[in-house]
Amino acid sequence: MPDKLQIDGIDVDIIEGETVLEVAQRHQKDIPTLCYDPRLEPFGGCRLCIVELEGARNPVASCTTKAAPGMVIRTSTDTIETYRKTLLEMVMSENREVDVHPLRGYASRELANLCDEYKIKGTDIEGTVSGTSKTDDNPFILRDYELCISCYRCVRVCAEQEGDHAINVMNRGFQTQITTEFDGLLKDSACTFCGQCIQTCPTGALADKKALRAVDEVTDGTIDKTRTICPYCGVGCSVDVLSNNENIIGIHPAMDGPANQGALCVKGQFAYDFVQHPDRLKTPLIRANDGELHEASWEDALDLAAEGFRKVNVEHGRHGIYGIASGRAPSEAAYLMQKFIRTGFGTNYIDNCSRA
Amino acid sequence: MSNPLVDMQKPDVIFCIGTNMTECHPVAATGLKKAIARGAKLIVADPRRIGLAELSHLYLPLRVGSDTALLLGMAHVIAREGLIDERFVENRTTGFDDFFEHISQWTPEWAETITGVPAQDIETAAMWYGSSDAAAIYYTLGITEHICGVENVQSLCNLVLMTGNVGREGTGINPMRGQNNIQGAGDCGALPNNYPGFQSVTDPEHQAKFKAVYGKEVDLEKGITKVTALELCGDSIHAMLIDGENTLLSDPDREHCEHALRSLDHLVVIDIFLTETAELADVVLPATAWGETDGICTNTERRVQRLRAAVPPPGKAKPDWWIICEIAKRLGFNGFEYNSPEPIFNELCSLSPIYAGLDWERIENGVTDTFNNQWPVPHREHPGTPRLHEDTFVNGKGVFSKVHYRDPAETISDDFPVWLTTGRRLQSYHTRTQTGRSQGIDYLLPEESLEVNPADLDKWSLSDGEWCKMSSARGSINIKVKATNRSPQGTVFASFSFADVPVNLLTGSGYDPITHTAELKVCPVKLEPL
Repeated sequence: MPDKLQIDGIDVDIIEGETVLEVAQRHQKDIPTLCYDPRLEPFGGCRLCIVELEGARNPVASCTTKAAPGMVIRTSTDTIETYRKTLLEMVMSENREVDVHPLRGYASRELANLCDEYKIKGTDIEGTVSGTSKTDDNPFILRDYELCISCYRCVRVCAEQEGDHAINVMNRGFQTQITTEFDGLLKDSACTFCGQCIQTCPTGALADKKALRAVDEVTDGTIDKTRTICPYCGVGCSVDVLSNNENIIGIHPAMDGPANQGALCVKGQFAYDFVQHPDRLKTPLIRANDGELHEASWEDALDLAAEGFRKVNVEHGRHGIYGIASGRAPSEAAYLMQKFIRTGFGTNYIDNCSRA
Repeated sequence: MSNPLVDMQKPDVIFCIGTNMTECHPVAATGLKKAIARGAKLIVADPRRIGLAELSHLYLPLRVGSDTALLLGMAHVIAREGLIDERFVENRTTGFDDFFEHISQWTPEWAETITGVPAQDIETAAMWYGSSDAAAIYYTLGITEHICGVENVQSLCNLVLMTGNVGREGTGINPMRGQNNIQGAGDCGALPNNYPGFQSVTDPEHQAKFKAVYGKEVDLEKGITKVTALELCGDSIHAMLIDGENTLLSDPDREHCEHALRSLDHLVVIDIFLTETAELADVVLPATAWGETDGICTNTERRVQRLRAAVPPPGKAKPDWWIICEIAKRLGFNGFEYNSPEPIFNELCSLSPIYAGLDWERIENGVTDTFNNQWPVPHREHPGTPRLHEDTFVNGKGVFSKVHYRDPAETISDDFPVWLTTGRRLQSYHTRTQTGRSQGIDYLLPEESLEVNPADLDKWSLSDGEWCKMSSARGSINIKVKATNRSPQGTVFASFSFADVPVNLLTGSGYDPITHTAELKVCPVKLEPL
């Protein structure tokens, strides 16, 4: 028999090593969090995930409390909800704004959504805006620390997920500031611009500068997401392409990507706009008698392409023709390239670009 | 890779050789960093003090092109110290006795004379790797882009076979693939020696199968590699169809390559940009790009995954598969009547034993509780194979190779006294057709530079930040000097990414005789101030 604990009156199984929050989430209990990222070690900073544990004098943070057999947990009592609302108001009182644009990052609306859920429009708590925004001329990462709530998710993702330790925490209390070594620019730190801090930030304090260029384009508020695989190295990270009106406007890492589990590098995160660069070939080109390449119709270009192969085949035989498949096009292209050579000319004169 | 990417967090000893993983496969490197945080030991062998070397517990700064010597020295120590997994050797390998005798001569002291790595450090590396039950090897082009690439890989296999570090979690021999579908291109049979699914073209059974399926006589002999084909351009090769490769910049010996392509009667290039290679073509056909194309790709851990179109292509650009079909139809070839990528992929699956259990729909659904889609997937109910070689090797027993060290094709001399090694950088990708057209990347990496050890500046009359002329037996380029301790004394580094600093004008001294992979990692040069 597996160990069990009780959540909101229901007995549920525990998997060895789970926290109370993990057990609850596995059973579709909606416990609010802000400092929690399932990929990182539990931190217990924001206290929003507090639950009542029978026998404990005070509510406990469910993210840092290990599940134990026989525990009796209540996730949503009036007292707990009042605490949460007050905590959210306190957090909100320190920020310049809460209702941030979703293009700031994958998790950037977490605080805004919780405030909506708890119907918090404003607060009587008179806080000081904590954090000072940092001017940084890098083209990727906006450092808008007036929105920072000191959850340290950025610091932790940089250390635990990336192993880069590029950013850290300076000062305490209202003066708490996320910063780099010697408080400089990101490019002068160990930062690799992987963008993980942007994507884990629950308030948009660290934001995707490049995606935010499209804020004015997203007038109707729709951002389409298309799941695909990164176009760069062979790791095969899963990404969601953000698009609006047929324009690619940004990239989110896929948190459930089998190869990357939410991680990306600078290329996969930010080097996507080559796709819609003005240099893209938009029409076939054929070399004319003047020796130059000129625009042509598909019909003319394909006829010429085919005719050239036919001629070489006749004049020099089938071993005069060679095919090179791409390592970046989908497999259907590589498969057809070898089929073209093998069934068309009956040779094995085919290779791909893996030798250089 | 023999093992899945998630295994990268699991080894107790990690041996990285010839892989600049934090720059070239940064997300994979995060797995190793987690293993290190957990207490794993990292051994890094690389001529350059790369990012991984900074993370390592033992750094082996070997001379470029001396990998085989280092690995022979390690094998010697493993054998001498009795770190052999005797049960594994007995049950799963063949040729050990000969190999054991062979390596007795290759002491770490001998290896030190070749590699420059202190014998004591070779001993330590061997002891760590050989003593661990969960030791994993990772390598990339630093192993394969040599005239002895095959021997380098065989030398790594020898270490694996001696110690039984394969077929289990956190072990294995793991080459990291460099392009998003380079694994897939090979899987699909875009190779001169294999039909789809690595079915040999010289095997009569496979010949009969593809003759029947394709309804066409087949060549009984292997085709030639791209490298050979380029050498024969104008002689016996007169037409080429190149899909999505900037051959001119990515291949060694650019002048030779340009001459080869120019001497063709007919060159057709399918690409998304007018690359340096496309500029030489007779016909350039515009392809849809990533983000505009539906299809399937396979990653370095053999996982077959779905690529999806998010936006429409520009102008009249068309998918690569459509373009190839249209050319084929005009030539009267049968079997190119497809209306979408789905039946193409399904046809591939029907012909490839390693994809036999896959089809478009299964890949569309992605990874599930039931299916991981890592090949081989021999039948429909099969979940996929995250880890290879668990109980047996495909070809029966693991074979020990009696490898000998060979010098690189060219070695430093009075005329060319400096080792040049080439590679990639984090912020740029290959020939920058993509990253060079993505805003912001220039902020991080605006130009190429030659990494030179500060102590070498005076020796060659160079200054940090100034330009120099770098020449090999094949040509010269001008490049800006950057003083850095990442380069050891006597060795310099540059990437081949920037068209205005075409490093591949210099490279191309030799090729591995079996794989025809160029020795891009070793090229003697001389440096002169400008």
